[in-house]
Amino acid sequence: MISYILRRLLAIVPVLFTVAVMVFLMLRLTPGDPAAIIAGDNATTQQIIDIRTKLGLEQPILQQFFIWLGNIVRGDLGESFFFRKTVWELISDRLEPTFSLALLTMIIAVVVAIPLGVLAAYKQGTWIDRIVMGFSVIGFSVPVFVIGYLMIYVFAIKLGWFPVQGYQRFANGIGGFLQSLILPAFTLSVIYIALIARMTRTSVLEVLNEDYIRTARAKGQTEIKVLFQHALKNAAVPIATVVGIGVALLIGGVVVTESVYSIPGLGRLTVDAVLARDFPVIQAIILAFSLVYVLINLLVDLSYTIFDPRIRY
Amino acid sequence: MSSVKLSRRTVVAGAAAAAGALSATSQASAQGAANVLRVVMHSDLRIVDPIWTTAYIVRNHGYMIYDTLFAMDAQGQIKPQMVDTFTESADKLTYSFTLRDGLLWHDNKPVTAEDCVASIKRWSARDPLGQTVMGFVAEMTAKDARTFEIKLKEPTGLLIFALGKPSSNVPFMMPKRVADTDPNTQISEFIGSGPFVFQRDEWRPGDKAVYTKFAGYKPRPEPASSLAGGKVVKVDRVEWRVITDQQQAVNALLAGEVDIIEAPSHDLLPLIKADRSIKIFNWNPLGNQYTMRFNHTTAPFNSQKVRQAALYALNQEDFLKATIGDAEYYKVCKAMFVCGSPLETLAGMEDKLESNFAKSKQLLQEAGYKGEPVVLLHSTDLQVLTNLAPVAKELLQKGGFTVDMQSMDWQTVVARRVKRDPPTQGGWSAMLTSWVSADILNPVMAGFFNSSGDKAAFGWPTDPEIEALRARFARASTAAEQKQIAEAVQRRVAENPTHVHLGQWYLPGATRPNISGWLAAPAPVFWNIEKARA
Repeated sequence: MISYILRRLLAIVPVLFTVAVMVFLMLRLTPGDPAAIIAGDNATTQQIIDIRTKLGLEQPILQQFFIWLGNIVRGDLGESFFFRKTVWELISDRLEPTFSLALLTMIIAVVVAIPLGVLAAYKQGTWIDRIVMGFSVIGFSVPVFVIGYLMIYVFAIKLGWFPVQGYQRFANGIGGFLQSLILPAFTLSVIYIALIARMTRTSVLEVLNEDYIRTARAKGQTEIKVLFQHALKNAAVPIATVVGIGVALLIGGVVVTESVYSIPGLGRLTVDAVLARDFPVIQAIILAFSLVYVLINLLVDLSYTIFDPRIRY
Repeated sequence: MSSVKLSRRTVVAGAAAAAGALSATSQASAQGAANVLRVVMHSDLRIVDPIWTTAYIVRNHGYMIYDTLFAMDAQGQIKPQMVDTFTESADKLTYSFTLRDGLLWHDNKPVTAEDCVASIKRWSARDPLGQTVMGFVAEMTAKDARTFEIKLKEPTGLLIFALGKPSSNVPFMMPKRVADTDPNTQISEFIGSGPFVFQRDEWRPGDKAVYTKFAGYKPRPEPASSLAGGKVVKVDRVEWRVITDQQQAVNALLAGEVDIIEAPSHDLLPLIKADRSIKIFNWNPLGNQYTMRFNHTTAPFNSQKVRQAALYALNQEDFLKATIGDAEYYKVCKAMFVCGSPLETLAGMEDKLESNFAKSKQLLQEAGYKGEPVVLLHSTDLQVLTNLAPVAKELLQKGGFTVDMQSMDWQTVVARRVKRDPPTQGGWSAMLTSWVSADILNPVMAGFFNSSGDKAAFGWPTDPEIEALRARFARASTAAEQKQIAEAVQRRVAENPTHVHLGQWYLPGATRPNISGWLAAPAPVFWNIEKARA
């Protein structure tokens, strides 16, 4: 197991290197000149060249790449072209909102979706099943921002239970922290509830017809125990895979949700950096997201051994 | 062992109590913020050096934390601000400035004449008007702690105006150690002598920028008037909140989560007006001006007659209707130096901008235009610009042009417009943008009039006659002389267009009912504003 983990960790290096090369080249090929953006409307060509030189953008691309790569290896993510802040400062400042939003979203999604999926499987073909599957279709179909605006209209504007926008840090009080996150987390969780509930239903349906379920029932075990101890545990591997993919997909989902709710997280930072062509920030965020993606996949693979002891690495 | 039985009623009551508690927390937080002004600005503050960039959000930041030697008042007059008194020698070659007593930097050290000289030098290295004025300057010397002198090689009527110019780049005063920073490098210390202190530790790009009242600021005794007069701060703290979604900003204003929106988009103004408690205030009476810029270095706009044809084919009303819509917020104005300004004139423009397509076609024929496509850059992501290019395309086509409109985001337009390649190789022929009117009040400060070829802004027009007139304007020492030359410049630009001005437009701000004292000025300023308890 340990050697497997080590092998997987080592495999991260070429993955990240490939990502680094790709993102670096794509940014340089994308139209947009940070120096021209910084210089503004009145700038002369010479002023733009001066700024480009200051930013190191006049050097050959290969040279720029190796300087950046060398810095990354030394743990230096560089400095933003725009903010007088290091990329690490910017990213670390945005971690808490994004992590909190992602965590709360996944908690809501798992807590709501798995019981719904199990219930839909157990009540297959009934109105309960149809409602759950109907919700699932809606959850997939309605864009996050539409759900967000509906939630804001009802719960923030009409009822006044939650703020319209903004984020309060955990250190400033858990009440305000939760208050600022509940609507965004519910908004973002809808699609994951749909995804996980659907997968749970399918997986549980598959195992409900197995012999060991019949045996459990024959032994007189309660339906709750049959469903959650026997059926769900054996259906857990595909569900864990979907949850893992869901966590990875959250990276994309937070961009829209953070924009709708004005949460200063990594998603918003990414959008702002892309719009401003802030190369060092974009490069660092994409590398960080890639690392998280790879690590989550590793964790999901390792979780299989817990759900299914037959799986060994 | 005890057990808790949850009835439906208990759950509903619990949820209501939790919601009530959360709502109470929200209200308490709003009440606690009574003397905090929460403002949604038009953009996020990313760069904090107002000399390094001309971005308006950075200029606005500059007005918070820095002060200026002179400033423009509500009548458009330039008045002393940090300067107490100044003298001009009889030969108009020597100016002596004495600073007001008691001016302090935010670290409570006194503002000195040396600081001001260094600040003027750094500003003039970046600002086009500053560069022009420095061409007249022989020497700048600090005479003592509060007095400095500027000696000119020849007289200019622009020196005082330049030192009090209201918009980007504004000559903000900084401590010498900061002002000595290379003009092409961002400053790293944000200390001014203005009415607010920038709280760098609380600055979270993408979230908020925070300013607190500077206890050591000594306002002028006169009442505040636009950017001049007594800058009396009446709140403890100003927070610029970043809400990128305009609809959400309006929702936050209606819900009382923010106090002011600097520039809500035009399509949301009816929603704001529907709430009668919200006040709408046009804080920038000079407004903005739409402009189409030609690329003079490549066909077809390297031909004077072709540019003239465009000037005849276009009209302002169509652009303004398509982008602003409500006539309350726009004005058809053929004056290049802005309607309502001292240099307003119709000279040379009487028959232009009337969509005279027959005249346009005739000029194209005279120019020998062979249908070379006008590569028109279309910005798609900024609401106030998006509809401009399609209107331009339609009108130019009706005027006999072939138009290839290419759509892209604004930042790509910004990168593309500085490319001098032919349109077929990633270059361009024309693009549309908007200026804050305060940036185009005369032919020297307005960048698009610069016709010095390679040294001009993108578009690179070359016209020695315009340059001679601009030089004359810089030397003019009376308002009458300046007006006469401005008319001559306008006539020449109408004859040999460097760009086309496409009308004035306004974007008012919106405030909660308990906010008062917002001053009309070319930039949004937050002194004089009071926030009563809601």
